[in-house]
Parts: sequence; C-alpha cells; structure tokens
Amino acid sequence: MDKALVIDVGKCTGCRQCELACSYEHTGTFNPARSRITVFDFHEKARFVPYTCTQCDQAWCQQVCPVGAISNENGVKVVDAATCVGCKVCTIACPFGTVNYEPASGKVIKCDLCGGDPACARACPTEAIVFADVAVQGFEKMRAWAEKTDTAPQASA
Amino acid sequence: MAWARKILRVNLTEGTCKSEPLNMEWAMQYLGQRGLATKYFVEEVDPKVDPLSPENKLIMTTGPLTGTNASTAARYSVVTKGPLTNCIACSNSGGYFGAELKNAGWDMIIFEGRADKPVYLVINDDEAELHDASELWGKSVWHADDWIKEKHQEPMFQIAAIGVPGEAGVLFSAVVNNKHRAAGRSGVGTVMGSKNLKAVAVRGTRGIKVHDQEAFDKAVAGAKAVIAGNAVTHEALPAYGTQVLMNIINELGALPTRNARDVQFEGANDISGEAMHEPRRSDGKPNLARNAGCFGCTIACGRISQIDPAHFSVKDKPQYHHASGGVEYENAWALGADTGVNDLEALTYCNYRCNEHAIDPITTGATIASAMELYKIGALTDAETGGVKMEFGSAEALVAAVDAICEGTDFGKLLGLGSKRLCEKFGHPDLSMSVKGQEFPAYDPRGIQGMGLTYATSNRGACHLRSYTVASEVLGIPEKTDPLVTDGKAGLVKIFQDLTAFVDSSGLCIFTTFAWSAEDIAPQIDAACEGDWSVENLMTVGERIWNLERKFNMDAGMTAEDDTLPKRILKEAAKTGPAKGLVNGLDKMLPEYYELRGWTPDGKPTEETLSRLGIS
Amino acid sequence: MHHLIIGAGPAGVRAAEALRAYDPQAKITLIDGEGEAPYSRMAIPYFLSGKIGEQGTWLHRPLEFYAENGIDLVRGRAAKVDAGTKTVTLEDGQSLSYDKLLLASGARAVNPPVEGLEGDLVHHCWTIDDARAIEKLAGKGARVTLMGAGFIGSIILEALVMRGADLTVVEIEDRMVPRMLDETAGNMLKAWCEKKGVKVLTSTRIGGVYEGGGELNIALSNGETLKADLLVVAAGVTPNIECMDGTGVEKRTGVVVNARMETSLPDVWAAGDCAEGCDFSTGDLSTLAIQPVAVEQAVIAAKNMAGIEAEYHCALPMNVLETLGLVTTSFGKHDGLEEGARATLLDADEWRYIRLEFNDGKLIGAQTVGHVSMAGCLRGLIQGRMPLGPWEDVLKTQPHRVAEAYVDLSRGVS
Repeated sequence: MDKALVIDVGKCTGCRQCELACSYEHTGTFNPARSRITVFDFHEKARFVPYTCTQCDQAWCQQVCPVGAISNENGVKVVDAATCVGCKVCTIACPFGTVNYEPASGKVIKCDLCGGDPACARACPTEAIVFADVAVQGFEKMRAWAEKTDTAPQASA
Repeated sequence: MAWARKILRVNLTEGTCKSEPLNMEWAMQYLGQRGLATKYFVEEVDPKVDPLSPENKLIMTTGPLTGTNASTAARYSVVTKGPLTNCIACSNSGGYFGAELKNAGWDMIIFEGRADKPVYLVINDDEAELHDASELWGKSVWHADDWIKEKHQEPMFQIAAIGVPGEAGVLFSAVVNNKHRAAGRSGVGTVMGSKNLKAVAVRGTRGIKVHDQEAFDKAVAGAKAVIAGNAVTHEALPAYGTQVLMNIINELGALPTRNARDVQFEGANDISGEAMHEPRRSDGKPNLARNAGCFGCTIACGRISQIDPAHFSVKDKPQYHHASGGVEYENAWALGADTGVNDLEALTYCNYRCNEHAIDPITTGATIASAMELYKIGALTDAETGGVKMEFGSAEALVAAVDAICEGTDFGKLLGLGSKRLCEKFGHPDLSMSVKGQEFPAYDPRGIQGMGLTYATSNRGACHLRSYTVASEVLGIPEKTDPLVTDGKAGLVKIFQDLTAFVDSSGLCIFTTFAWSAEDIAPQIDAACEGDWSVENLMTVGERIWNLERKFNMDAGMTAEDDTLPKRILKEAAKTGPAKGLVNGLDKMLPEYYELRGWTPDGKPTEETLSRLGIS
Repeated sequence: MHHLIIGAGPAGVRAAEALRAYDPQAKITLIDGEGEAPYSRMAIPYFLSGKIGEQGTWLHRPLEFYAENGIDLVRGRAAKVDAGTKTVTLEDGQSLSYDKLLLASGARAVNPPVEGLEGDLVHHCWTIDDARAIEKLAGKGARVTLMGAGFIGSIILEALVMRGADLTVVEIEDRMVPRMLDETAGNMLKAWCEKKGVKVLTSTRIGGVYEGGGELNIALSNGETLKADLLVVAAGVTPNIECMDGTGVEKRTGVVVNARMETSLPDVWAAGDCAEGCDFSTGDLSTLAIQPVAVEQAVIAAKNMAGIEAEYHCALPMNVLETLGLVTTSFGKHDGLEEGARATLLDADEWRYIRLEFNDGKLIGAQTVGHVSMAGCLRGLIQGRMPLGPWEDVLKTQPHRVAEAYVDLSRGVS
C-alpha cells in the first residue's frame, strides 16, 4: 500500500460529505449511519475528527476472523460480506474500533479504500481527507499512534 | 424517493405516535419542508387559533433533498402559528438534526395537542416514543442534549430542544438543535413549550435514495463546483461567515444602531468578522476558533468561538469557557450595534446564552435595544430593570438583560414579551422596531430600500430571510441594483420571495443562492424527485407557498395595515452615511408589489390569483 | 528449518500463515487432530443456525490454500512429544521430527461430575462433529436442554432457538455468562432470553440424567425433572496437553508460556487454548480460551519461531456475544478492582447497560449490553493503558462517551 487516507483535522468543517460519499459508495443510499468513516464532533473543543481504519499492519481483524472473511489486498483489509457471519469478534479485536457491526446487513463493515479511489477523499470539500502517499506527514503521526496501541510491540518487522 | 413518504403524527394530549403516508398530491404542489408543512398546517389548523393553545400544531419538517449529498442539504423547518406575530411562523435550521430525521424515514413530524406533563420524543428509525421529561423541565438545551444522550446511552442522537424561556412563555423562544443551530424566529420554541414538549431526539439509519441517481450525481457535482468557484461561498463565508457583512453594511449606512436611532455604528469594526480573527490582547487567541459546516455543507459559514476566559461575562463561569457557536452577522448586530455594545466577547457570551436557552438572538438584542431607549427616555426605570442600568453601549447591561431572560427574573419576563409588547406596555409603541410583532434584523431600510418592502410584506413578520434583496442591492447578486432607490424593488422582492420559498421547501440552505441561480438548483430537485421541477414550475411553487401563507395570515385577521414599517424608518431620516436624509419609501413600493402579486389594493390575494395557483 | 505445529485450529493455522510469511524458506507442517478441514469453533453456531454450511466454518477456502502455501497438513493426533530427540509421535505411530515446535492443540469440552452424561442424546457443542450430532437431534420443536450458560453455552443458545428447538437453559451460577458479565448484565441477558421464549434456570444444578423411552429425564436441584430430546453440555473446557506428559514442561492448567510464547522447553512454543500465559488484567498466568488471544499468541509465537523477536502484552480477556439480537461485550477486568473506581449506566427498559472500571487514571475493564458501535475502542483504551486525563471525570458520569474519548485521546485533539 503506497497510498493512504491522510486526515488533517484542522481542515475538517464537520460537513459529513465523506460519510455521505462512503455510504453511497457501499450501500447505494445516503446513510451516514452505514458509513465506514465517522466524523466526531468535539464541539466544545472546536474540532471535527474524521475517523476510519488506518489499514494497520497488525490487522488483528483479519487474524482473528474465524471464517477468513477478511483478506489483505495489497495492504488493504477487505471484508468479504458473503463470507462474514457477523460474529463480531473482529469488532472487539480491533483496538481502534474501526471495524463495526452493521445491524442492517448483519455483517461487519470497515474501510476498504473503495478499491483504490476512496469516495470520502473525493467528496471532501476542504482537503481534510486526501488519498496521498504514505510518506506524507500526518499519516505518519497516525501510524505512530497505531504502533503505540499495538497489542504486540515488535523489535523489528 | 427523496421524500421518505411518511409523516409522524404525535398527539401529545393522547400520548400517541402514529405513522401516516405523506400526501404526495400536496408534495407535488408544495415540494416539501416550508411549503408542504404550511399546506398541512393550513389544512388542519384554524387560522384564528390561539398560538399557545393545544389547538395550535407544530410541524418539524424536512425537504426532499434533506440528508442527500447535495451541498447544504441539512435543512429542516419548524412551522406553526407564531405567538410573537400571530402569523404563520416558519423557522429554518441546519446542523445535523434534519438529515437524521430524514434518515430515520420521516418527512415531517406533526405535533398536536398538549401533554399533561413534560415529555420528550425519541425516534429510532420507525420507532417513536414519548418519554417523561420532568427531570429536564427547568433545564437548558445544552443540559437536555447531554442528559438524553446519557439516559439512552446514545451519543449519536441528534437533538432539538427548548430552554427555560420556551417553557416559561418567552415569546421569542427558539428550537435549538445540536446545541447551537436554531430554528430561531417568531417564537416557534414558545409553541413547543406550550405543548409541554421539551425535546426531540432522533437516530436514523435507514438511508435516503433519490429518483434519478445518475442525473442527481451530475447535477450535484456541477452545483458543488459552482459553490467552490464562487468568491462569496468559497472565500468570504468560510473565512468570515455572515459576519463579512458587518463593515460593508456599516459603510453603506444601513446598520441599524442604538435601536435604529442611527444607521452607522462607530464600533462596527470591533464586532466584525475581521475582528473575530484578531488575536485578543488578553490571551493572544482570536475569538474565532474555527469555521464549521452543517450537514452536507460545502460552504461552512458557521462560527465556532471561544470566549476569553478572563472576560467579565464568564469570569466565574467555567461552564462557558469551552468553544461553541459564535456570533453570526444578525446576532452580532442585534446584540451589538443595535444596543451600541462593541464588546465582542460580551456578544459571544450572550450568543452562547441564546443557544443554551433557545431564544432568538435577533429579537433578544432588538428588544434589549428598545428597552435601552425606553430607559434613556425614562419610561423604563431601575424599578423595572431590577437595578440594571440599561444604557446604550453598556456590555454589563446587555449581559445582565440576556441573563435575566434566560433565568426568568421579573425584568427577564418583561423583556420576554418582545419589543412590541414591551414598548406598548410602557407607552411608546413606536420604539419597537418590529413589523407584525417581530423585530427587523440587521439591514436598515433607509439605507437598503428593498429591505423595507421585504420587512413590511414578510409573512412571518420582519425578516431578512424571506427576500434577501441585500444580495442584489449590496452584493450585486444576481445583478446590482441601487440600494437607495425604490424603483424596481417591488419586482425584485417578489422574485426573491418566490425563489426563497421554494429553496426553503427543498432542504437546501438559502445561502447557496449567493452562488447558485435557480438554474443550478432546479436540476438537483428535478433529479431527486419525481415530477416536473423546472425553474418555471419551482418559481410557481414558490409563489403558491407565498400566497398560501398570505391567505392564512389574512384569515387569521391580518390586514394591509400590518404591511408597514416602524414610524422611525418611515419618518426619521438617516443621519449619516450614503443614505443621509433618506427614509424608506415603502409607500412607493407597496402598491406596485400588491399589483405584481395579483392582490387587491388592500393586499388580499384575488380569487383569480388563488385559483391560478391552485389554492382553494 | 522445520516448523511443526500441533493443532489446526485458529491458533495453529494463523501461526502457519505467519511462519510462511516470516520464514519463506522453512518447511511447515500442521498436524490436524480432528480429521477435518481446519475450521473455527467460533463459526459453529452459524453452521448450526443454518446461516452457513460446513465449508463456511473453514479457516481457508479452498483447501488448496495449505498446499499452495507450502504447509503440509498431516492428519492424526499427537500422542507424545519428545523434546530431547525433537520428535512428535502421533497416535497412529507416525513420528515427525521438528526444529521448532508449536503446541496449538487447543482444549476439549469436559463433563462435570453428573450421572448419565454418556448417552447418545447428550452432546457437547465443541467440535464440528458435535455440531453434526446436534443438527440431527435439535430439529423444530425438539425439547433441548442446555447445561451451562457460560460463553460457549450462550453462543450456541441462539443457534438452538433458530433451529426451532424448545430450549431450556440450566446454569449453576446466579446469572448468565457469570465470568463475563456482572449481575446486572447477566440478568438483563437472562430476562432478554426469557422475553424471547427461552426458559432460563439460574442457580440451578443438574443432578442426574436418565435416558428412557428415547427421551431424557433431567433431574434438577430445584426438584423438577425436565424431559428432553437432547442435552447439550457446555460446562467448560480443559487444555489438550497430555502429549507433553513426560517432557517435564512447566504446566499448570495449560502449558506455561512467557511473553514470547516460549515454553520451559527449548524450541517449543505454545499458543491458544492449551497455553497458559500472562493475563493482562491480573498479571497472573491464565488460560483464557478465546479466539482473539489464540490468534494473537499464535502470531507472536510464529514471529519468535522465525527469529523475529516479539513479545505479547499479555492476554486481555474480552468477549462479544449476540444472543437473539442482544449484543453484550466484556473487556479486561470487567468486575474492577477494590481500589479502583466505577461508572455504570443502566437503561433497563431499552436493554442498554455500560459499566466501566477505572484504576490509576486509566480504564481497566468494561462491559456493555445493547451496544454495537466502536466496541474495539474499549480494548484500545484498556490495552493501550491510555491515561484518560480530563476524560476520566467525563466517563465517570457519561460512560457512553467512551468512543469519543478514545478518538480524542488517540488523535491528539486534547
């Protein structure tokens, strides 16, 4: 994976066009409740934080899936809805809370980067979400955080 | 498609929540939101109803585009008969509430009757249930928002609520959603309070589809590009919000100051959009923390401010030290220029309080301004103000007066009458800067002539959001007209009124029209909805809505005599600025306007006009 | 280099995959003791409810995965490990040598000391073979008694109901899932099941089971006798570690492992239900027997076997359960510490509950009823040992804002 969603919370206005785009891309309807990206509104801190999967290397969601429903496609962890039985083990295994059970479908959902052209980034009017080289600053910050909460710190690899 | 095709009828007297199909025949005539809810209201409610009686109804309504990815498709409206105006009231709000309601599968909620004890409504998609609100009664909007989320363990609820003034009958109480987005005007929150309805909490997960998705994608993408390419919607509004206007309108000599005694405010720059960016001397931080958008908005004019914690208004009140909704232009004008107060932090505090307790900041500021004038001439004294020195320019007085309204003190109750009833009570009715009981906002009709006709003929009492001719007269949108003349303004007002009426019925924000023409809007509605939604038809829909509102008001007892302006605007010439020496020429515009509308000389829609528009 | 893995459950299979990734040249052998395609027990309830076929329980489809990835799948049960000669002997006498050995032999269901649990109408629900037997007996209208409302019992409860069985659950403790849920949550779950038509008897013991006339008579400690067409026993599991007898490996309930999943024997690692490693919540050794821990331990073990140093933070107890539509979760020290602090929020009418346990400015445990959104954040907060800062006070009164707290703390907004 050479590109990733790079999120600059300073630019987010909380318009939720990303949630609209994501839900439309994946469900064919405008339905933020079924979006894989969620904008958190920290109203009292004057911050909006778009939040989604960072496609972390550890991929506990994938490792833990009892039926092999989550695959790694060039670094992107993708749920195969047809295989998923909705057991939710991945939803507790992911320490970021970015794999979620969706009652409407009885399956889990997570960001799949829309197969390489993420709808959220295309829809963002302020470039708070861009699909960019992983080398870009900001993404590294998120990665660093992901490592901090890694359940298995590694000396190498 | 686009419409959820379902309405929720909540009978508060009986405690029942029932689903019924949306009347699609009416939807084809009135589109949605403002228009469609007005149609329902007019069909169901006696125009002579006492606004605060159980017989009045209150409708929360979305438009067909609400909740879609069209830019600004956040809007919902509250329609009722307003206690401030005794006219049809229709207040419009953004935030996230409307889209959530739509996503729960409802085009509108009709509240009828009155609960025997305080209740709040919880909607989870198809399920709607009334809950006991006795623990919330007497508490603020902010408290109610937190409390309901905690009680139901649902942080994703979008909540609209009233504050203590709405419970207590303050006549300009608003309905505030998302803690700082208001259906602000005409006392819609007062009606909600009279029904013992504290709040509505919604979670919607059903999803929204449109009629022709491919055409919709194309229309929406094109329209978003127009917003992104427009200097007002892409640069000025995100950077300064509506507050970009403060210095512009002041320079134009159209900033009503000290209860419209003046038309220019020497402190305008201190409370302007530019000032909100300036680092404060006290803590080096600007008042403005960031801009914010409502649901789906690619403009993001919203202001999120943070008050200087050392400011006198919040010194011992850490509960106001966090960020929240900052002043928009109308609020900054009403609380600031109109009271002569140039203290941005005080204005921000008062704005917080207006949101926290759901009162209309325009009427709040303008009523305080009228009280300051009554105080100046000695008609109102310390005995009535509880010792507050109500002097123009006093930030302390402003803060004390707003607190008084929120807290319901004796002085607060007086102010809670609004300026018209307050000034009448103290023997000076002409000091109320209102039309049909509602205070006019931040554009002086002596400096912007078209706004005089806008205020005089607005169906919900004085208001800028019924025909914003400022766009043309000041900003040159769609074309520049001279703000100091009356020629051509009748036609301009009519077009703006009709355009606004259909935009307000679509789910879109009227601010898009800084960039969008009707030709940008129509294809989005046409793609989203079944039926013919050409520009021509939409303008007819707008005209139909306007006439239906007008007819309701006439049936409610309004006459052409109510289509007027405060004496000061008609008789006292502007003292400074480009409009120096001018009064508003309403008498030159009004007859022409009636004629263009197809109304009789005494302002009644003719049978011919009504039948042409399909209004029975 | 030959990596030999005993056990083809999730731990064994994930370890094999990880070894293949980290040690591309090595020979990898996976011993499968059940004679099945490697499958996941977690998927059995969905097989039983008819949501998936048997293949749906497989860890990899198609089965060619193993050959294609150079993983030799050997059928048979490991009878004896000889750590001196570095060989494993299978029950059929076959002997396999290894350079590095991973014990991922899992656990097996056990019977409590109750008379009459040997008959044909009594089954565990642990293996796919058990499930096949239950499938035959638990048809529509069949009278089924479930012994034990622990995690395993509760996870198959729904499947039994969905099969149309007339279900009675008998649990010794005073509530459902007593090791995962507190009294409030465990009894909410009980009430929910009862609302859905399941009879749940708590604080009740099965005294004896008697077969006669093609049906079971199940004697209860409350004096009643239940008639049943099937008794499903879900009363606990025990690690499969008999093959380690005589090796001198350090063991308690399971084979003891350190943070690198090493046993006390050279070149022998253990992971999953058979391993007893550090418990995050207590700091003591324990066998948690849960899927997330099994696969995480397996990956850690595989890395170390491949020469990549990796340490496990310790196993965090966590479970998620959906029972007839009601989702419950439990994380970490869900019952808290005496010296810690607690926040609870209950809305019994709406079937919602949150309990958070704090200590030293951090979250140490949690349980929820009726929540599905962003559950993983609870793990992140607990296992990341994230200092809550100002959020501690917020969460103590508004525990439902835990996802918000996590995002704020992790994205550095504060």
